[in-house]
Amino acid sequence: MQQVFKRPVSLKDVQTHFCPGCHHGTIHRLVAEAMDEFGVQQRTIGVASVGCSVFLYGYFDIDVVEAPHGRAPAVATGVKRARPDSFVFTYQGDGDLAAIGTAEIIHAANRGEDITVIFVNNTTYGMTGGQMAPTTLVGQKTSTSPYGRNQAKDGAPIRMAELLTQLEGVAFAARVAVNNPRNLLDAKKQIKRAFRYQVEGKGFSFIEALSACPTNWGMNPIAANERVGGEMADYFKLGVYKDTAEF
Amino acid sequence: MGKIEIDELRCKGCGLCTIACPQKLLSLSEKINNLGYTPAEISDPSRCTGCALCAEICPDVAILAFKNKTVAHK
Repeated sequence: MQQVFKRPVSLKDVQTHFCPGCHHGTIHRLVAEAMDEFGVQQRTIGVASVGCSVFLYGYFDIDVVEAPHGRAPAVATGVKRARPDSFVFTYQGDGDLAAIGTAEIIHAANRGEDITVIFVNNTTYGMTGGQMAPTTLVGQKTSTSPYGRNQAKDGAPIRMAELLTQLEGVAFAARVAVNNPRNLLDAKKQIKRAFRYQVEGKGFSFIEALSACPTNWGMNPIAANERVGGEMADYFKLGVYKDTAEF
Repeated sequence: MGKIEIDELRCKGCGLCTIACPQKLLSLSEKINNLGYTPAEISDPSRCTGCALCAEICPDVAILAFKNKTVAHK
């Protein structure tokens, strides 16, 4: 028998701290597979953010810089400019990228830095206890919006992929999900395409991956997984928003 | 013909593989692993096609998939 699925080389053979049913593990694996495919593991420098994604250095077999909360695109800019031959990606959550790090992501994208940003959107602050994030859906109950997000007071959830698409510096932007095999295989394809932009020096690439957070949503893993494909995908439409290169 | 290997010590019992399997062969067992979770198990291994969708969706890379060379298409 031939092995048709194995652990990517770039992903360390360790147990993760993620809760059961959390999509971070799946997205980690897809990123590792893309690194393996392009053979960039030895020259990759990952930039980790603050949140559940903070332990990037423990899970990927690559060099990692830990950035202050929200500042990963700024740190990645410095890394890429100091070492242009390296492959640089950031891996950030929504509390990190869409809240405290809004300035950094918008300006790094607008400058068209030659980096890849993996943005994991689970509509909440996962690690700190499920507070309301800028991406929390209207009506969603969190520990800081116990009666549900109120659009009149808190605004509507930010759609980062669409927002960044408008910037001239962005070469590639897509929103993906990993909640079922079809979406997952498409996510794999888009993450590889985003990486190819950087490998070929075509500019800033952005992936928004919808993720479940069963613990903070107060759901079991199966129900949380269904919410990603239902309520979340209805508001955060999946698809490729910008694709400027031809290859 | 296919085969999967489930790492019972790493499985967190989220059950996502049970909804990914087109043959509905996977379920959560009653036994408890060293993490306190009930790991997934395969009920009828002979019906496994080796499609690897359970392995693809597993957030913990706890499943490895194999397929018979004669019918492998990639």
